[in-house]
Amino acid sequence: MMKALGNFKDSFLWYSFKRDKIAIISLLVLVLLVLIAVFAPLVAPYNPYDPETIDIMNSEIPPVWDEAGEGAFLLGTDSQGRDMLSTMIYGMRVSIIIGLGAVALQAFLGVLIGLFAGYHGGRLDSFFMRAADVQLSFSYLMVAIFMSAVLQALVGVARFGDIAVPFLILVIGFSQWPQYARTVRASVLAERNKEYVEAARVAGFTSTRIILKQIFPNTLSPILVLSTIQVANAVMSEAALSFLGLGMPIDRPSLGSLINSGFEFIFSGAWWITALPGLLLVILVLSINMLGDFLRDVFNPKLYKG
Amino acid sequence: MSGVLLSVKNLYKHFDISGGMLDQIKFSRGKFHRKKTLVKAVNNISFELEAGETFSVVGESGCGKSTLGRTIMGLYPPNAGEIRYRGDRIDSLDHKQLLPYRKKMQMVFQDPYASLNPRKTIQQALEDPLRYHSPQLNNGEVKDRIDEVMLQVGSDPQWISRMPHEFSGGQRQRISIARALIIDPEFIVADEPISALDVSIQAQILNLMMDLQQQRNLAYLFIAHDLSVVEHLSDRVGVMYLGTMCELSETGILFEQPRHPYTQALMSAIPKLEGGASSHTRLKGEVPTPINLPRGCVFHGRCPYVNRRCIDEVPQLCTLDDGRQVACHGVEEGRI
Repeated sequence: MMKALGNFKDSFLWYSFKRDKIAIISLLVLVLLVLIAVFAPLVAPYNPYDPETIDIMNSEIPPVWDEAGEGAFLLGTDSQGRDMLSTMIYGMRVSIIIGLGAVALQAFLGVLIGLFAGYHGGRLDSFFMRAADVQLSFSYLMVAIFMSAVLQALVGVARFGDIAVPFLILVIGFSQWPQYARTVRASVLAERNKEYVEAARVAGFTSTRIILKQIFPNTLSPILVLSTIQVANAVMSEAALSFLGLGMPIDRPSLGSLINSGFEFIFSGAWWITALPGLLLVILVLSINMLGDFLRDVFNPKLYKG
Repeated sequence: MSGVLLSVKNLYKHFDISGGMLDQIKFSRGKFHRKKTLVKAVNNISFELEAGETFSVVGESGCGKSTLGRTIMGLYPPNAGEIRYRGDRIDSLDHKQLLPYRKKMQMVFQDPYASLNPRKTIQQALEDPLRYHSPQLNNGEVKDRIDEVMLQVGSDPQWISRMPHEFSGGQRQRISIARALIIDPEFIVADEPISALDVSIQAQILNLMMDLQQQRNLAYLFIAHDLSVVEHLSDRVGVMYLGTMCELSETGILFEQPRHPYTQALMSAIPKLEGGASSHTRLKGEVPTPINLPRGCVFHGRCPYVNRRCIDEVPQLCTLDDGRQVACHGVEEGRI
């Protein structure tokens, strides 16, 4: 463990990280946001899931720096009288859970399919790559609209809220696996004809063992880079779906459904209900994307960084 | 132990390079038809290899030497022919049945920079095959074996926790050899193991391979294009041209008096310190493509002794009085 830490301190990754201000700031912001999200019950001043703490008389109070603001609600309240700060923190938690869950599913499917299709080639490869083309040729929004309509009809709108998180993870996860499959397949094609793979075949290892133990470790860096970008994408996809009313219900809001709920009030002057969650979403996605760019530059030094 | 270790009989390996279904459809003479493009890399090769001997295969680039080695190792399935190991056919076995033979046959590769997995330490590279083939060994025994093999190939056993990129080409090739030796094989296919190395390192690796051969009674199938190395190292030599074996004999008599016209031209191309350039036999033309092999003897287009029979009939290897095998109508008829 100490040795691994020592290795990391000597690594090129750490060396370039120390010299990249944007990467440092992004990581700090991201870690801060994730910590806030993880410890939401401790950090947030109110529990927005508990109806007893909500008073409809407090609705649409502007943030504290506005003249009409109240000290009890730092960032104001939404149309139902929920504290914006607490709701945003809980909403970010939901967004991050869905983002990470969807990426884990995408990565699991995509990496496995990419590894085996790339290594074995032939019919298996053609089948999965055509499936990926088909998958990419229709929009995930269309799939999500169709599936959520079916699901809402099946379980009822009331219970849909309980299964919204796994539903969103499944929809976003299944719609984006081709990204991983293609990236991984491309690296497998480059690796599989190298002599170390032939040496492993001569040693008599089974093809599954060669794929998982010899080739997979060599495809990790593109997977890592892709994953950061895909987390940001998944968070945005979730926000888009929730904004369209297909995602998280309003009593368990994510950042997207918060933006949506505030949209009705934006012309009545209550801009903060939409703008503040929107700002938080931008900061979250931006910090992840900046880190992804940094990783891509480190792992692929051939790309000129202008 | 002696006797025939490996015997290869009428081995063919053709590669289909015509791509998918759509690429194969050709239009000619008013009809569509499916046409496959084959690279005929290895054609009708037969030879035997005895335990503890070094058999070298030489020939110019693209003549099928490496394909022959890889087909014998089971990396490519042969199209026709037999490969026997100690009398058992191994060319049509499935993965499980092949495992006991994998333990006896190993391979050393050409490029020491590509033949070690860049993400695995030396210890992992050596340990994985050993534990896979001998799961009964305990940790101490595994460590002893690794230390023993590292010492044998002239590397420090303390290096095993390092990654491949920390080593030079020569050290990596030593580790590649150690990886082949760790499961205690009796036969090693060495596919140009020294051509990617510095000249000074080449000699070290060659000496190491010869020492190991004596210690462990190894048999080598040594694939090379450096003729002086081959002369120094091998007991017998096979000369390949365009996927076929044209001459096969003891090293001494082959280098002293080559009989096949191609071998003669090849031997005359070895640079010499004394004498003029006049002794160099120049062949006319280029090597034909292995996609459209010449009819008859594959060498007939470039051979100075060609006649009607050479163009029409494929010569077979026939044994001469001194024990060598030559595939040439001219030698057979006594013309050359």
